[in-house]
Order: sequence, then C-alpha cells, then structure tokens
Amino acid sequence: MQDGYFNPSSLYAQGFQVKKTVEACRELLKNKLSADEVCFTSGGTEANNLAILGSMRGSKKQGRVLYSAVEHAAVAEACHSLSDRHEVFSLPVNQEGILDLEKAKELMTPDTELICLMQVNNEVGSVQPVAEVVRLRDEICPKARIHVDGVQGFLKLPFSLLSGVDSYAISAHKIHGPKGVGALAFSSGTRLQPIVFGGKQENGLRSGTENTDGIIGLYAALNTYPEDYRIGELKNRLYQLIKKKVPQAQLNGPDPLSDLSCPHILNLSFPPVLAQTMMHQLEGFGVLVSQGSACSSRQKKPSATLSAMGVSKQAADSALRFSLSCLTTHEEIEQAANAVQKAYESLRAYTRR
Amino acid sequence: MRNLLLVKYAEVHLKGQNRPYFLRMLMKNIKQAVSPFGAHVRLHDSRIFVSGYTDENACINRITKIFGVHAVSPAVEMEKEDFTAVCQKAAELMSGKSGSFKVLARRADKLYFLDSPKIAARVGGYVLESNPKLSVDVHDPEHSLQVEIRDQALLYVNSFPGAGGLPTGTSGRAMLLLSGGIDSPVAGYRIARRGVELSAVYFHSFPYTGEPVKEKVITLARILSGFCGKIRLHVVPFTEIQQAIHEKCPDDFTTLIMRRNMMRIADILAQKEKALALITGESIGQVASQTLEALMCTNAVATLPVFRPLIGTDKLEIIGESVKIGTYETSVLPYEDCCTVFTPRHPVTHPKLRQAEYAEKPLLIDNLLDEMIIRAVDGTEVIEIG
Repeated sequence: MQDGYFNPSSLYAQGFQVKKTVEACRELLKNKLSADEVCFTSGGTEANNLAILGSMRGSKKQGRVLYSAVEHAAVAEACHSLSDRHEVFSLPVNQEGILDLEKAKELMTPDTELICLMQVNNEVGSVQPVAEVVRLRDEICPKARIHVDGVQGFLKLPFSLLSGVDSYAISAHKIHGPKGVGALAFSSGTRLQPIVFGGKQENGLRSGTENTDGIIGLYAALNTYPEDYRIGELKNRLYQLIKKKVPQAQLNGPDPLSDLSCPHILNLSFPPVLAQTMMHQLEGFGVLVSQGSACSSRQKKPSATLSAMGVSKQAADSALRFSLSCLTTHEEIEQAANAVQKAYESLRAYTRR
Repeated sequence: MRNLLLVKYAEVHLKGQNRPYFLRMLMKNIKQAVSPFGAHVRLHDSRIFVSGYTDENACINRITKIFGVHAVSPAVEMEKEDFTAVCQKAAELMSGKSGSFKVLARRADKLYFLDSPKIAARVGGYVLESNPKLSVDVHDPEHSLQVEIRDQALLYVNSFPGAGGLPTGTSGRAMLLLSGGIDSPVAGYRIARRGVELSAVYFHSFPYTGEPVKEKVITLARILSGFCGKIRLHVVPFTEIQQAIHEKCPDDFTTLIMRRNMMRIADILAQKEKALALITGESIGQVASQTLEALMCTNAVATLPVFRPLIGTDKLEIIGESVKIGTYETSVLPYEDCCTVFTPRHPVTHPKLRQAEYAEKPLLIDNLLDEMIIRAVDGTEVIEIG
C-alpha cells in the first residue's frame, strides 16, 4: 500500500513515480481493449454512470435510450434517470436471458441516441449478442452510441472497442483486483462530459484525486490474470454433478455447454428451498454462493433479471448464483456439489404448508 | 464561580427508609456514566451535582439517559455575598432569550440578608432592565430562572428532561425475549426503566436466519444497554426444535407450540441467570399468537412471572416509543422473512390449552422435546453487551 501513497498530481519525484504506474495501467488497458481513452473511476457503477449520463449530458436532441431488460441496476437506474427528457425503453430478453434481437430491432428507431447492453449478465451468465446489435445500429440508427457493461465479461471473453462499441465499463475486483476501482474505456469519437466536477483530474472527465492504491492493484491484477481462461469445463462439471445429485435443480440461463453461456457464472434454482436458507446452509458447509446479485440481495424485490426471463416465482425465490474463478479446482467443484446435495436433502422437507 | 450540572431525581424522593439505598445506586450509575469525562459527582442537600467535566453536552446526554433522573440543568455556582454580581450573572444567563420569564428564588440559608420574595424581585428587576426583549409573567412564563441561596448561590434556567423511573440495579433482574422486531426492545426498555437489570434471549434458526439477523439483535441489545448497563445476550440454537415442530405437529398449532418452547427455554435460562421474571413484547391481538387464548397457552409453560409491558399498547404507540429510544431504525432493517417456511398459513387464533397440549404430544415421545431443550440450552452462546 506504500507504493501508491504519493499524489500523482504532485510535481515531486515520488508523485511522479506513482503517476508513471497509473499511466502504465492506462496504457495496458488501452492495449487490451483497443481503446483510445481510459478514465479511472471508483468502480463499475461509476464507469457505467459516466458512460450513460456523461454522453447524454451533451445531447440536444430528445432521442431514445435503450437498455436490455437484464442490465445491472447501475445501468438500468442511470438510464431511468434520463426519462424526463428522453424516451427510455428496456429491450426484452428470451427465457435464457439473452437479448431478443427481433424485438430489439422493433424498438430501435432512427432517433435512438444510446443503446446499453452488457457483455455478460451478472446473475445468469448469458452472453449478449453485442456484434449483432452493432450491426443493427449501423443499419437503423448509425448515430447511436453503444455502451457495453463489461464488468462481468472483461478478460473472461474476448472484447475489443474496434467492434464498433463506443464505451466499455470494467471493475477491478472482478479480475481479483481491489474493490473500489474501475475504469471506463472509450473510443476517441465518444464525446463525454464529466459527472463529477473539481480539480480536473483524468483529463477533466473525473475530478478527484486518483485512487492510486486501487489503480496499482488493478495494474497488478491485469498483469497476473490468465490470458487463457478455461473454466467453462469446470462450470459444466459443476452443473452436471449437481444435476445428478439433485435432479430437482433447475437451470436459469443458457446451457453451460453453449457459446451463449459465459465460463464462470452458473445460476440454479432449488425449489422449494428458499435461496436465503440454502445460502446460509451452504455457508455452514464452507461454500459461499449468492442470491441474485450480491449487490441487491438486501432488497426484498425478486431479481429483475429472472423476472425478465419469465422464471416462475418459486424458481426465482430459490435461485442461487455460483461464481467460479480461474483459481477454482476440480476438488472444489466436487466439494461444492456434495455440499449442495447435503444442504438440499436437509432442507427440502421443510416447506411452507 | 464555576459551571456544573444539577441533577434532579424523580421517584426516589418518594422512598422512605430505603431512600439512601436508591440514592447510592443512582450516584453509582451517574458516576459510571460521566467517568470518561473526568467529572466529579457529589450528593449535597438532596441534590446531585456533577462538576469538573471536560465535555458538558456529552455529560448531559449520558445523564438524561440514566433511569431515576428527572432532569438535568446546567447551572452556575458562585459566591453569594456580592449580590450585584449574582444579578449580573442572572442577566448574562438570560441575555440570549426573549419572551416571558419569572425568577424563582429559594433561600436555604435563612441568615442571608434578603428573603426569597426580595431576591426574586431584585434579580428580576435587574434582568428586565438589561434585556428589553423580556417581559415578566409569574403565572405561565416561557423561561424560569432559578436562584438558590445555599452555602453558595446557584443559578440555572435551562433544563433537560431525564429518563425518569428508578435507578438501574435497584429492582433485580429479568430475562427479555428479544427478537429483531420493533416491540421487544420497547418492552425491555419499559421494564428496565423501573430499575430492573436485563438479560436477553434470542432464538437463532440457522440457516433460516443468518448472521445479519444475529448482528441486528446484538445492535438492539447494545442500544438498550446504553440505558440499563450490561446485558448478557443468550443466543439459543433453535433450528432443531423448529424443524421437529414442523415435522410432527399440526400446521395450525406450529407457531403456538414454538412460542411455548421459547418460553420454556427462556424460563430455564432466566433461572440460571437468577432472573426473577420474563419480559415479552406481546400486545393483545397483534398477531395470532397474541390473542388472549394464545397468551394463556404460552403462559402456562412459564414458571416465572411473565411481564408484558406493551399488552394494552397500540402498534403506533409502540413504534413512536421505539423511535424515541432509538431502536426503530435497527428494528426495521429488512433481514427477516427467512422463517416463513415455518409460518402456517392459517394459525389458530382461539386455541384451548388442552388442544395445544394435545398438538404438542408427538414431541413428547421418547423424551424428544426434553432432550432437544437440553441441547438448545447447552448450545446457547452467551454474548456480553455494554
């Protein structure tokens, strides 16, 4: 933590050293994403907000804003905040949680200004058809910007801003970096205005002294995160094992073997056991899973993603999310599956009568 | 001349031969509360004086929360011989104020050269002359300036109401059944206010309730301990009993039987703690397990008296009180609803004791219930709070 102590905006040598590391991190991110610009933020939420609010702030038109029905709240809520001046629509998804391109096409109009689509859904791991949406945009509304929330997909699936996407948000803690730091990568044609004002750091786009310790941590994570990300087979193994031991388990999202499923997120329902109960029981066995998205598990509302997919209430109430990392081992997959069986067997008898 | 706090005590005044005992406890509690601020506490002329503190507001805040305190007034103590100086000080105390006032004078030192009416008239006249925004109203004044002539002169005008009640530690100990809800902390507060020390019991149903709920209960106990001192919180592992009830007893009686078993366990733990009563947050008819019939069924298993200080209180009044004592915000944190699995859709509302006993019978086979209760009591975790 001492490395990042000095202020990168200061002119003494120690501050300059910190600035050099921050800039090295910026360059590395630009390379990895073929981005022209990178702006460091306090995390994925701020990066998404900057992309959405920052690009719409300069808009004189009152065009449409579209986002997929399974976007993270950081995107959906930011889009909603624009609804006093713009028509804001959510684009429906199919039962696997993947954007319905036909319906999206119907909602895309020539005056559409912004389309937000996540690379990978955080709750069910569905991979979104970004390339197809870029194609539709070029066809119907070439002036519209496309923002991709890459918090879950970054480094797990390939991505490049050369694909025609205008901005891409990431978060350090999803690639084993520290919490509280993220970035927005964008191409030079993207006109963004600041949403945080002050000392004009980050080219005036994001005022406030940089979280240097966080950025150094992000840099280290970028340098150590494996290029070759092969945990898809582990995820499928976990799914097959659980399915064998608990036949009642229901898959939410695309088949783990298909290309439409990301390598690291598996969402399963265990009716009739409530997700929270199952989660605590698994916690007792040393297996940590989450309900829906961990960020919203304190709210009582059912998951927006699962409702958009048309998942039944009972299945949604019992849905758990298993997240794998590149450090997950075969033994851990076995342990997790056994724990799930044990937890389910011990709880299934107790249902509300 | 110095600043000090004058603490007036409430019901302790009514005590006869026991008054020194109550006063001793009150003094002890006040001393403990203000010790972090280096304050000195003295009992003199049946008043309590706190002086020499580093932070007056913090001391006032602590003292007003102490049970047995009627009010706290920041006061000035000064030489009484120079009466003009006394008048000047009085004017200074009243200088920021406007509206009606009166001077209340008390002369304990009967040798003082002015009597009470004359003191009041002279001080009042001086104050009135120096502050044109004030007027005199001896019947219903906005400000009452008190001037007392004892071995020294004592002046005070502001007064902060205290918590009332009796000093903690003068009435024995009781065991509070503490859930994460709104009612039980208020019930605990009301009984603690009568000088009763609290122990608490919380029934934990992991994995149906997780760590956050337990943390919430600990927070509630900590808020209560700010009024009544240390609380020993007993966290009882209750899952096994809940599951057995769910498996073996008729649906409509499960909640009632659960409550009966909470009472049994609380009763056992209370006796271990040398507590003399149980406290619950029940209020007539609030939910199915709080109808008179249901209360009778749960009461039947307790050997200690069960105090229900909220029994005749409306929910809105309880909420108001929980806001006042500062437990509301914690109580409404949205963590619950994990035990819905065990909540029957149609619980009995008018159970008879013999029906409840009959519904409970499947648990009695092979001493199952006794053994489960022993396991729950043995597995209880005790957390010291405050």
